[in-house]
Amino acid sequence: MPVSEEFVGRVYPPTPPYEVGREKIREYATAVGETEPVYFDRDAAKAAGFRDVVAPPMFAVVYSAPAMGPAVLDPEVGINLMKMLHGSQEFIWGEPVCAGDEITTEVELNDLYDKGGNEFYVFESVSRNQDGNEVVKGIWTNIVRGG
Amino acid sequence: VNQGDKIEELHVTPDKYLPHRYAGASGDFNPIHIDPEFAKVVGLPGNILHGLYGMAQVARFAEQAAGGDPRKLKRLSVQFRGMGFPEQEIVVTGEVESVDGDRATIATEAAQGDNRIIRNAEAEIETG
Repeated sequence: MPVSEEFVGRVYPPTPPYEVGREKIREYATAVGETEPVYFDRDAAKAAGFRDVVAPPMFAVVYSAPAMGPAVLDPEVGINLMKMLHGSQEFIWGEPVCAGDEITTEVELNDLYDKGGNEFYVFESVSRNQDGNEVVKGIWTNIVRGG
Repeated sequence: VNQGDKIEELHVTPDKYLPHRYAGASGDFNPIHIDPEFAKVVGLPGNILHGLYGMAQVARFAEQAAGGDPRKLKRLSVQFRGMGFPEQEIVVTGEVESVDGDRATIATEAAQGDNRIIRNAEAEIETG
């Protein structure tokens, strides 16, 4: 099925604020094998200049991935989930995320195109904290094999 | 930090139940990652690692190169290619591709043996 470029630029409603918990940061950091004390210990984080325990950079997936759901499932865009692969991913980090922060994420369908018989869907997520400062931008490229 | 510098390799072997812990930590409970039977039904050899877990290992590698300060990892881009599996060692390798002032770009990839699960990855770190 040829992709419909009319959907490029479509913006999905922002997520409700994600409240960053200290134990959630520790759980994530433990699962991925992080060991730096700033991810676990409040005093170590404060001594390093953070407000509270800081999230490892890739914690970005925890608060931003849920915003991708409505975008990927948009029935008008009609992505074939059975054939969809996560092809590539980019994150660009801004202000660090600490326990107690509230993060809101908005997703836009940035680009879609056919290449080599596959469909490419490129989404951009922008996550901001309670002060309105950008904490991460994500570029999510999903590939549908064989269109 | 100079162009061509090799970065210290990162070695990690995710155990059998790592995908379950990562699913809980990340919120991604796609059954291809945690249910070997389901994975086989959809044509995979077994349950596969989350791609974003692999990306987190590349991020750790880059954070270490930046001295362990999360503020110094500015950007990371990866391509997911081969499937990763639990109970096999992941090795992350890379070198400094370019230096521009206090920013260095590291070219990196992650592999399990000959199976390169993350390719063409690029990390930008602050070196100052």
